[in-house]
Parts: sequence; C-alpha cells; structure tokens
Amino acid sequence: MATVVFDRVTKRFGRVRALDELSVTIREGSILGLLGPNGSGKSTMLKLIAGLYRPDSGTVTIDGMQPSTKTKAMVAYLPEIDYLYGWMTVRQILDYVSAFYKDWDAARCRELVKFMGLNPEATVSRLSKGMRARLKIVVAMSRSAPLIVLDEPLSGIDPPSRLRVLQAIVSEFREDSQTVIMSTHDVADSENLFSDVLFLKAGKVALMGEAERLREERGKSIRDLFEEVYA
Amino acid sequence: MKLKLDQHSPIYLQIIDEFKRQIARGDLRPGDRIPSQRELAMMVQVNPNTVQRAYREMELMGITETLRGQGTFITQDPERLAAIRREMASRALVGFVQEMHALGYGRDEMIEMVRGTWDELFAAQAAPAQPGAPPQHAAQSQRSGTEGGESRGDGRV
Repeated sequence: MATVVFDRVTKRFGRVRALDELSVTIREGSILGLLGPNGSGKSTMLKLIAGLYRPDSGTVTIDGMQPSTKTKAMVAYLPEIDYLYGWMTVRQILDYVSAFYKDWDAARCRELVKFMGLNPEATVSRLSKGMRARLKIVVAMSRSAPLIVLDEPLSGIDPPSRLRVLQAIVSEFREDSQTVIMSTHDVADSENLFSDVLFLKAGKVALMGEAERLREERGKSIRDLFEEVYA
Repeated sequence: MKLKLDQHSPIYLQIIDEFKRQIARGDLRPGDRIPSQRELAMMVQVNPNTVQRAYREMELMGITETLRGQGTFITQDPERLAAIRREMASRALVGFVQEMHALGYGRDEMIEMVRGTWDELFAAQAAPAQPGAPPQHAAQSQRSGTEGGESRGDGRV
C-alpha cells in the first residue's frame, strides 16, 4: 500500500506553471482517476510520483519518502509514450523488463499475455496501436508494486483494446495492497473504475472526491461533472 | 450480466437494483449462483470495492447468501423474494402514475387506459390473468425449479 501526498507542489516549464501550489492526498487502496484536458498537469503529476521530475517548490512523498531509487522500486509507471523497443518480440520485451524488477510476477505475466490476446512471438513494431497499449499494461500490471501509475493507458486505442485494458486493471488490482493512479481525458469509458476522482485545472485541484459520493450528492455522473468543471 | 449503468446515481445501488430486477422477472431464480465479486467487476469494469459494497448490502437485505468457498447465491426465502417483486412493481407503478398524472390524466381515466392497453398488448394470449399471479416463468421458479427443462445453475445473470 502507498499513500501519496503532494504538499504545495509547484512545477514550472519556462513560464508555464504546470502545477501550481498543488496539495492533495491520495489514499491507499484507491483507484484514482486523474482527470483533465490536455495541459492541465496530469502527466506532470505522474512524472513527479515516478521520480522523473523534481518539484520547483513543495514536496511529493510516497509513504513519507521523497521519490528516490527506493520509491522507484515501489512504483510501476506506465508512460504515455511508446517506450518499448520496436525490434524486440513480445516475449523478449517481457524477459528484458522482468530483469529490472524484484516484484515481477512471471505467472501473472503469462496469464495477462494470454488474456490480452498477445502473440509472444510477434515483433513489437508490427503490433497495432491497441496491441502495443495492451502490452504496456501487461508490463505495468505484472509487477506486484504497491503503487501503479498509468498515464493515459486508454488514449487513442480501439474499443476492444480499451475493454481489455480496463478489465486487466480490474482483475489485477489488489485493493488490500495496491493504489492505482490513472490519468485520462476519456471519462465515459473509465469512470466506473475509479473509487476517487481528481479534476485538475491549470495545475490546481478543481474538484476531488469519492466517485460514488459525488454521484450521490450531485445526482450527476463523473462525466457530467467533468463537462461542468471544464465548461 | 449486462448492466446498463447510467452513472447518475451511485453504481453500487444500480448493481443491487439490477439483481432485484432480474429476480423479480424470474431471470434469476432462488438458489442461483451469481458471479463472484471479481467476476462481476470484470464483466462490467467496475471498481472491485464498489461491487463488494453492493454484495455486502444485498447480503444484509437478505437478497443473497454467501456460502464459504462455494459462492454467492440468490436467497431461497419465498417471503424475501415476494417482497422484492412487490417493491419493483410498486416502483414501476409510482413512476407510471406520476407520469400520467403529470400528463393530466385522472384516476379512472388512467385505469380505463390501462385496461385498454393491456388488451391491446396481451389480448392474443389465452388465459385471463389472475390478479396477483406472477408471470409464468417466475411462477415456475418459485416452485424451486425442480421440474425439468432448462437449468439455470450456470450463474448467468
């Protein structure tokens, strides 16, 4: 399990404040939907958690620790970009990646490959975009990491692949030992997955809460709230 | 299980309602096994904690019973099942009467129209319905589904 805390975090890129004095606590055992249009600061937040960026001011902590090699071992991070070597086969990628992580679960990985309908002998560069997205999810979910960070795992992929990705997250998520943070600008497909949602707007929190409570209190879907917040 | 979640009310309540609806319609019979929490969460891509909450509430309401290591089953308690059916009927009725009232129809006119529409829709079907009798398939299921024919023990929802 892992609790992630942002305390007055600011991150600038040139003149742009990607995150602006952001303070949030992400509770352990949750599946947090990190929502917002492009440029709202979602990826920046995730990269800070993954330890790829440092804040200009404020602190990010994971179970009280600032991102370091130690926390990196706790975080399974799926970047938005295509980072897998195209010339490798699916099997080679998985063998290669598995060597980096002590928490790699080979049995779970085999099951996921099957569930995703991936051919282990296929060359990565020949895979469709949807299949590459499935492979990335296999890489992230085959680890027993307490914190899983997924940057736009549904972005630009075909509906069947979307469904498989969502199902894989549901089936592999261990609510008693894991926290999942997933960014998306596609709320309709994924809102049922989230226990909590965080709406980011220009690097600040526009709205945050438990998904079911928000539905109950406002009589609106998360998708409707999304449209309201960003209208 | 096909779930049409409209997402404007809490998902766990909609899951419970869907089970109640299927029980009331006889699609789910007493003693039927329902999917495990994880299976349902995967089928409808819903947070496992949300499904867990729905299952916990259904258990508390006496709609389901969980047998350790065997799964979750629809209750065999006939009173409980009848109450679910009454509740679903009363909800449908309230909705209908309110809508008709809003359209300006009075009590007797409404009743008359219900008779007319009933005949239009079901006149072809032979036997006149006995008041209060459940539909055919539901009636069978209440005799605990021991007679031959289809078996519904596959946990299908």
